[in-house]
Amino acid sequence: MSKIPLQFRHNGRDVAIFVDGGTNLLVALRELIGDMTPKFGCGQGGCGTCGVLIDGELHLSCLTLAESVAGRSVETLDGMKQGPNLHPLQRAFADNFAAQCGYCTPGMLMAAKALLDRNPSPSRDEVIEAISGNICRCTGYEPIINAILAAAGGRVSA
Amino acid sequence: MTRHRGRGIASINYPIGMNLGGDPSQALVHSNPSGKFTVALSSIDLGQGMKSVTRQICAETLGVPVEDVYVDTADSDTGPHCMGSFASRGTHRVGNAVMAAAREARGVMMEAAAEELEVNAADLETDGRGNIHVKGAPHRSISTKDVAIAAQFKQGKTISGRGIFLVPLSEVNPETGEMSPATCYAHACLVAEVDVDDETGEVAMVRMDSAYELGRALNPRLVEQQLVGGAWMGVSHALYETTEPHYPEAVHGPRDFVEYLMPGPGDICPHDIAVLERPAPDGPFGAKGPGEMCANPVLPAIANAIYNAVGVRIDDLPITPEKVLRAIKAQGGARPQARR
Repeated sequence: MSKIPLQFRHNGRDVAIFVDGGTNLLVALRELIGDMTPKFGCGQGGCGTCGVLIDGELHLSCLTLAESVAGRSVETLDGMKQGPNLHPLQRAFADNFAAQCGYCTPGMLMAAKALLDRNPSPSRDEVIEAISGNICRCTGYEPIINAILAAAGGRVSA
Repeated sequence: MTRHRGRGIASINYPIGMNLGGDPSQALVHSNPSGKFTVALSSIDLGQGMKSVTRQICAETLGVPVEDVYVDTADSDTGPHCMGSFASRGTHRVGNAVMAAAREARGVMMEAAAEELEVNAADLETDGRGNIHVKGAPHRSISTKDVAIAAQFKQGKTISGRGIFLVPLSEVNPETGEMSPATCYAHACLVAEVDVDDETGEVAMVRMDSAYELGRALNPRLVEQQLVGGAWMGVSHALYETTEPHYPEAVHGPRDFVEYLMPGPGDICPHDIAVLERPAPDGPFGAKGPGEMCANPVLPAIANAIYNAVGVRIDDLPITPEKVLRAIKAQGGARPQARR
């Protein structure tokens, strides 16, 4: 299979890579760009841990053809922190004990960011809806919901 | 179609650790030239907080700031032996091993400090902020960093300690059947409230109220996160999770997260938890363990709540809508029991 040149913005930086036809975005990010923050969970859209924002909208990178992001802006957890400071969502996750093993956390944070970017003051039900495509095996979801609500309310501590 | 509200209760008595040929864990503690300490373990932290709690235990026993302790774990090639992270045994077994290792290391550290200060080690105490001083004379002081440097470059000593905690195998007395399978027990009681739909067989969680007695909570926030997450796993076991399908052919079994069912964020319910602390005499600082036991009372409480709601007794997990519906049909309709 011939390689396809692909250019897009990755966390605000222009990147250019060559991909095989049919390569998904998760593989392109992890193996070709070296951004390991999107995780491989199930590879078929069932768990949400590979979530990234494409032009601000939440997408599952394992189900996205890499070629389809040509010229678009891809945002991953790697780009979330603000310089040396954690993003308010990251701070709220830490303060609310919203991560245990941590494997779902990248997808949870991206789903939460997608929500808060378009709806800065969501209701509890809207938060639940926003993360309902993400599986967490450790926390029982409650601390994650509380963290997102805390970040939305500007209360960074529990 | 009617939704029936039911309430069920369950209490458990949970042995900490296991009794399958002896239950040991080991720890090694040593000081680095910087005066900071490394705890070597091979115990796994899956996110439940083993690294945090063993770090606290080590710092408290050594008498140094928690920031001065680093826990290096999860590699069985380089760490001393551990049976594993299961049976709620981590805090109790590994914690005790770390405590023993830290106690031995503290003894060497105090001897080394005594040599530098030219006093008897028995007259020294730690201030918990990285200094060792003569009791009643805080100005006669040396930092743990300077002690480490003196031990390594001048005295030729390693400030280190070894710890093992072993609960030996308890054999069954062939005459009486008696044995002591555990050295301490945690306890829990949980009330579950559910809604059962008699047309679909679906069970929805309404709320949970629980009390957990787990010895001293060494890190209350970590204990709380274990109890919240563990109760969710209990709900998941009770109502959703199975690798065996509810149909006869294994080929219908779940193969991935799309087919293997678990409750999502929309299926959880309010859960009010009370933590009771009755320190265990043989636990590190009185701790038992909140791990596995936190999921256990949820399953029988939910089964009892379903019985209370519609009068069917399901004794096969998970309690799927199909099982509930078949049982309701078999008894000729829902028979709500007296509300307790």
